[in-house]
Amino acid sequence: MEKIDKKYVDFSVMAGTYKTRLTKKFTNRPQWNKPEPGDVLSNLPGTIIQIKVKKGEKVEAGQLLLIHEAMKMLNRVVAPVSGIVTDINVNVGDKIGKNHLMIKIVENEK
Amino acid sequence: MADLTKSILALREKKAVVEKGGGEAAIEKQVAMGKLTARERIQAILDKNSFHETDMFVKHDGRDFGMDKKEFAADGVVTGTGTIGGAPVCIYAQDFTVAGGSLGLQHARKITKVMDIALKMKCPVIGINDSGGARIQEGVSALAGYGEIFYRNTIASGVIPQLSLILGPCAGGAVYSPALTDFVFVVEGISKMFITGPNVIKTVLGEDISMEDLGGARVHAEITGNAHFYALNEEECFEQVKNLLKFIPWNNQQKAPSVKAKEPKTKLNIEEVVPSDPKQPYDVRDVIRCIVDDSDFLEIQELWAANIVIGFGRMGGETVGFVANQPMVLAGVLDCDSADKAARFIRFCDSFNIPIVTLEDMPGYLPGVDQEHAGVIRHGAKVLYAYSEATVPKVTVILRKAYGGGYIAMNSRHLGADFMFAWPTAEIAVMGPDGAANIIFRKEIMEAEDQEAMRQEKVNEYIEKFANPYVAASKGFVDTVIEPKETRTQILHALKLSALKEECRPERKHGLPPF
Repeated sequence: MEKIDKKYVDFSVMAGTYKTRLTKKFTNRPQWNKPEPGDVLSNLPGTIIQIKVKKGEKVEAGQLLLIHEAMKMLNRVVAPVSGIVTDINVNVGDKIGKNHLMIKIVENEK
Repeated sequence: MADLTKSILALREKKAVVEKGGGEAAIEKQVAMGKLTARERIQAILDKNSFHETDMFVKHDGRDFGMDKKEFAADGVVTGTGTIGGAPVCIYAQDFTVAGGSLGLQHARKITKVMDIALKMKCPVIGINDSGGARIQEGVSALAGYGEIFYRNTIASGVIPQLSLILGPCAGGAVYSPALTDFVFVVEGISKMFITGPNVIKTVLGEDISMEDLGGARVHAEITGNAHFYALNEEECFEQVKNLLKFIPWNNQQKAPSVKAKEPKTKLNIEEVVPSDPKQPYDVRDVIRCIVDDSDFLEIQELWAANIVIGFGRMGGETVGFVANQPMVLAGVLDCDSADKAARFIRFCDSFNIPIVTLEDMPGYLPGVDQEHAGVIRHGAKVLYAYSEATVPKVTVILRKAYGGGYIAMNSRHLGADFMFAWPTAEIAVMGPDGAANIIFRKEIMEAEDQEAMRQEKVNEYIEKFANPYVAASKGFVDTVIEPKETRTQILHALKLSALKEECRPERKHGLPPF
């Protein structure tokens, strides 16, 4: 019974390391990255209707950045922090998915 | 008498028209898709000649967009009653050949009528879904129809078994009826289930995905967990339905049908199935096959969250629900999905008077940011809730590892287990030896010259003292330490003793499980 199949791999949990199979879902689980406070991500799939800022522009927290149509609503996307717009990764008319990095703002030093 | 003959002939003619469904061309299309027609499906599931159709002559009441001039045979859904293995069931099958099986208010009312009959007569209801969705021309009336079905699905939940067969498209709001039922059956290449289809996704996101990749049978059986049974063709699906119904009662006031008790027929030796090294994997279903009658185990949701195994078997001729950690997959850990899977099954067993046997061998919860952020706390809590809430007989056998929160969760004495057995290989401890030694002997390990050697020594010391069933047994948390070979007879005795078990709970409207 000590004959162990090659399809088993080492898998560590707090209690120890075990020989087991992995699932597709576990293997493909998303890796976590620390979010940047100035990254403006879409929280719904939708279409970019209007862009109100330009690259290099200074923006204040709460300032309107763009209009993003999603789920039949014109959503106002505002700056999460005060700083400089360093990147605009979308154009008017673009269809984007969820968690798409639309605009990057480098936060003012506090 | 001549008049009677005439009217009988007229009735037969009317029936024959309805029985043709959407007509030859539409039926040919249905067959070309590898699908049976609604009536053929009902015939294939029910006992021969047992189908009694209701509402054959119901007409839709759409008045707009030229609908008043259209006739739809049986309004696109065949409904009625019949028997399976002699037991009564209510059944409906949407007929894709008639207006794409689209659902209007009268179509829905035909369905709710058989659901009402099922609830009143306390028999299972089987729904066969094969529909393009709401009949748009009927507008909000179609939506009303869905709502009335969902309401009855909810009221009937836990009272009568509800089975949903997805034998065609089932999209948009329509998916919520199957989702509210107890068992969902899917068939490769035929079932298609989603809230928003590929067209919407393409329009909104520009993402191209086929119906199959988005919500095909395999997707729901393996990824979403929406389906409980997966078959390669309709015939296999119908066999699964019939097999499942043999294991469960007609309603919540009855016991599942008893059959003649049989000894397990597997050639496997239970002592050889489980490796003594707690780090080596095995298939826990082999343990189940060693202890159930005839080694006959009906697994549910085989492909999804395979780190926990659930399903029905019989012991001494009576149905038992099994919940077992699967060391062969993800070391048998509990995670969001496996907790959902186990909790829902436990609640089904409790609702329908089926005793629960838990086989435990798990190192704890799955670590990871994705798990924590996906809410493993509230999902994991469902298992605690379901076990604690259940008043059916509850028996646990600890095979090897029972560490920490996992030990408590897997039907421990503390959650109300009636009988707790442990094999001599059981390790019932606050955590695994590696982790525990690192914490308890941190100072000794840090101060040692050879830290690794000291760590190993302390791990061994911990294993010696605590990685066994006797500490828990000394406190009465485990009733008996048993030899693996005794497992079947011990469980049989426990179940025999619990046959008249009654347990009272404080009165309340309903509890609040962490949904």
